[in-house]
Amino acid sequence: MKLLVRVLLLIGLPVVLLAAWWFGSAGSEDFYRPSLESIVDAFARTWTWDMFAQQVFPSLWRLLVGYLIAVLLGVALGVLIGTYQSVRALLEPVLEFLRAFPPPVLVPAAILLAGIGDRTKILVIVFGCVWPVLLNTIEGVRGRDEVLSDTCRSYGITGTLRLRHLVLRAASPQIMTGARQALPLAIILMVISEMMAANEGLGFTVLQFQRGFQIPEMWSGVLLLGVIGIVLSLLFRLAERSLLGWYHGQRAGQREW
Amino acid sequence: MVAVAARTSRVTGRRFRSVTLGVLGLVGFALALEIGPRVGVVPIEFAPPTSQILVSMGDLLGEASFWTALLDTLRTWALGLGIAMVAGVVVGVLLGSLPIVRAATATTVEFLRPIPSVALIPLVIVLYGPTVKSTLVLVVYAAFWQVLIQVVHGVADVDPVARDTALAFRLGPWARVRYVVWPTALPYVITGFRLAASVALILTITGELVIGSPGIGKEIDTAQQSNAVRTVYALIVVTGILGVLANLLTRFVERRVLSWHPSTRGEEVVAA
Repeated sequence: MKLLVRVLLLIGLPVVLLAAWWFGSAGSEDFYRPSLESIVDAFARTWTWDMFAQQVFPSLWRLLVGYLIAVLLGVALGVLIGTYQSVRALLEPVLEFLRAFPPPVLVPAAILLAGIGDRTKILVIVFGCVWPVLLNTIEGVRGRDEVLSDTCRSYGITGTLRLRHLVLRAASPQIMTGARQALPLAIILMVISEMMAANEGLGFTVLQFQRGFQIPEMWSGVLLLGVIGIVLSLLFRLAERSLLGWYHGQRAGQREW
Repeated sequence: MVAVAARTSRVTGRRFRSVTLGVLGLVGFALALEIGPRVGVVPIEFAPPTSQILVSMGDLLGEASFWTALLDTLRTWALGLGIAMVAGVVVGVLLGSLPIVRAATATTVEFLRPIPSVALIPLVIVLYGPTVKSTLVLVVYAAFWQVLIQVVHGVADVDPVARDTALAFRLGPWARVRYVVWPTALPYVITGFRLAASVALILTITGELVIGSPGIGKEIDTAQQSNAVRTVYALIVVTGILGVLANLLTRFVERRVLSWHPSTRGEEVVAA
């Protein structure tokens, strides 16, 4: 009985909403709001394996490359800036200014500088995603445990060993927070850069459907973008759980006290 | 006394040093962007040096169309942020106070939230065309989740003793929201406000840029189409300044509204 209630609570509303959409839109005559049935139909027709290979995977590849570069760059610079007080004082106003830019405005500048190839899109993703990672890493590096710092010093732990076991370990929950904030930005920038500066890719294809008035196909593309967003956030959560398991365990332990 | 004075002067000294370094950093940054294009690190016709960008910014300030665009952008931003705040707080308080509703909507929220708002761009174009309404939909969609998640966490954070006390004193539902839930949730609401403000600005400019609703974003697009490279950069710098001002504003609001709060909350965005 309890299990039944839980299952109902979990899937009840989504099922009701989908059913409402399905039946509410069935036999829709409105050109711009086609029935869900025709959208699903268009989805199966449109997003074939070939289409994925040509339009979707290149987009996801750029997303992945840009995102990873941004995370690595953010962590590397963040450790540097967080460790040295004078570097931080020197760069803080510049960073405050740079991170305040709404990242999509960089697309026009990047087009001017690097054309409309892969480089432009990856550049834009990197520039947009690096700030949350960088700022959170700086905070994480600064906020490390004093006792652990002193312990490292008295045991003479320095260099890479110290970096790996003290600095990065202490900053990792914050780094993850930054990486989590950066992920939706990466998706936004992937889509935007393809809408503005591309002749292929997911964002471009969906916008082409809209321009060609292939409305059910366009809706199916919107659905696909939504699904990609959901899947990426689930993947991120899995990665976080395995990487930060020790931290969540520690927090839960402290709460029980 | 002497020790205090010495400490104060040391603190002021450090303060002075960090301000000097900060100014140095900004000047160095501007100089690097001035010299870089001039010595050919980047092509000068596509990346004008700082001085030229500043000159075309000055030109912009004298144009009426620039001020209209700026006002359009600010209006869309404020309106979208306002709608998202009100909707987020109302829905958040409802979801947070009624566990059964919260449980029933959890999956739906988890599925809707990660949908990138830019996925809606083609949809709003066919439904509303290149209008402010289209951009507003994007802004509200993106900012709403930021507020909602924070408010739900804030409401869940209510001290059980305070809640039971309110019940024992037979406070009505409205009084409980006003005197128990709201003060607890307020810091979360403000965090949501800060996050939503910056997301809303991003989506406002994005909408204008891609959909073509009136505002700074559209001006950037127009300038780029007509190859006015310096104007493109000048407008981009304007959006950066807007971003800085938005950050300052939200921090100011935070300090004003939460001046009574004993602790300043951390930055962490709690994932549900």
